[in-house]
Amino acid sequence: MAHSNLLPEPAPIPDANAVPVVEFSHVSIGFDGKQVLRDISFTARQGETRILLGPASCGKSVLLKLANGLMRPDSGKIYVFGEEVSALPQSDLFRLREKIGMVFQESALFDSLTVRENVAYRLREAHAEDATVEARVQEVLRFVELEHTLDKFPSQLSGGMRRRVAIARAIITHPELLLYDSPTGGLDPITSATIIDLIVKQRDVYGGTSLLVTHRLQDAYMLATHTFNRETNQMQRIPNSGLDFSTTFLVLNNTSVVFDGTLQELQHAEDPFLKEFLS
Amino acid sequence: MEIGEILREKILRVQEYVLLSVEAMANLFRRPLYWGDICTQADIIGVGSLPIVILTGFFTGGVLALQSSSTLSEFGAKSITGQLVSLSMIRELGPVLTGLMVSGRNASGMASELGSMQVTEQIDAMRALGTDPIKKLVTPRLIATVVMLFFLTIVSDTVGTLGGGMVGTTMMNLDASQYFHTSYQALAYPDVLQGLIKPLFFGLIIATVGCYYGMSTKGGTRGVGHATTQAVVTSSVLIIAVDFIISRLMLGIFGG
Repeated sequence: MAHSNLLPEPAPIPDANAVPVVEFSHVSIGFDGKQVLRDISFTARQGETRILLGPASCGKSVLLKLANGLMRPDSGKIYVFGEEVSALPQSDLFRLREKIGMVFQESALFDSLTVRENVAYRLREAHAEDATVEARVQEVLRFVELEHTLDKFPSQLSGGMRRRVAIARAIITHPELLLYDSPTGGLDPITSATIIDLIVKQRDVYGGTSLLVTHRLQDAYMLATHTFNRETNQMQRIPNSGLDFSTTFLVLNNTSVVFDGTLQELQHAEDPFLKEFLS
Repeated sequence: MEIGEILREKILRVQEYVLLSVEAMANLFRRPLYWGDICTQADIIGVGSLPIVILTGFFTGGVLALQSSSTLSEFGAKSITGQLVSLSMIRELGPVLTGLMVSGRNASGMASELGSMQVTEQIDAMRALGTDPIKKLVTPRLIATVVMLFFLTIVSDTVGTLGGGMVGTTMMNLDASQYFHTSYQALAYPDVLQGLIKPLFFGLIIATVGCYYGMSTKGGTRGVGHATTQAVVTSSVLIIAVDFIISRLMLGIFGG
């Protein structure tokens, strides 16, 4: 990786006129007679990191699965890269997913495959050459600082290491859209910070658009207030209490979107639920 | 839950099962075919099941010879023991017992493996990584089960007839030459055809039922256990029911 710009620099503000990478339009879905999401509308533009906050079981993970076409909404439309995911046939969905990486809540690594085989899975399916596969696997495992785990099985790794392998598996093809489903869920604070560090690094080094689900406010704040310093190879706070303008928030509560905006706007929101949620 | 709702749910599950089976079979004509996975499954299902199929076949043939020769000797027809054993083995017991054995071993294996993958989101992850799980997981199991069950049935038929011969000659004082001669002479092409068509259907049942219960598992480890049990029960009952239907059809076509 060539790093010409060594100073931390917040990502540029996404172009408001560009076609959104992800667009939800009046999406609703329910299971077993229970409404999970109701009339959800939002967009994520090129280069934007959208953090989906909300209390547990408010449909955040369902929203990510809808964006990836793993579920279909009961009503409403979902567009990803301008294509209507909610109406695409399965064969076209598999083609579209080549541009999407997803990190699952519990990592969802293939437990009968080694770390190397897990990370290389996508390239193997695309019949990439052995040398290319090996080089890319080494590169992404170095990125997540797990190059020593190549021949281990997921069961031999800690929870945090499994998440890092899941991130490596998701980014191996440098997808244009990344979906993170509670990447720090169930992890201790130190390991969580390592994962957030990696997500910031991914955002600031590779770019692309991300949707990140979390119920941990501290992770969300860290993503909005930190940048990756390529010189020190570490995440650091944006100087002068600055914010990463490409990182914006969406708060869900009781099946609906209750907030859509920047961290500053979120901190000054008057909504009683938001005040209680942030406190 | 109301009766109407239960019925609706059952019909929905049958519909899901049929759709999965049709999709898995349609994948036979679509690329890519995962030859590596097909060979791995053929090894697990075919080679792995060989010991239980040989043992089951041998003892079934043996007990058939034991029971039938003592009854037949009352009518002075002990010499046709071989005929009875080979016809029973090749028409019915070989395919059905092999099917039931493979069902117990592999329908449960498929349901538990795919069920564990389902509850740990590995199947969703596979979809998210751009792979069709039906193509990658179900179709290879379907091909491997149908092909291997066909050959396992032939093995079971052969070992069963040999087992009957061994028991008959060593314990029931049957003449070996007469036993094998009557065993062979009694067989007509419709009998062999019937015995070889059945495993194709049984293989289809085992793979699709095992995979369906696995892919539709819900509710964590308890769900995996439930799916495994259901897969074995359903596939075993279906094997016996389909055996009856095929037997009736074959009798209708070729006569008794």
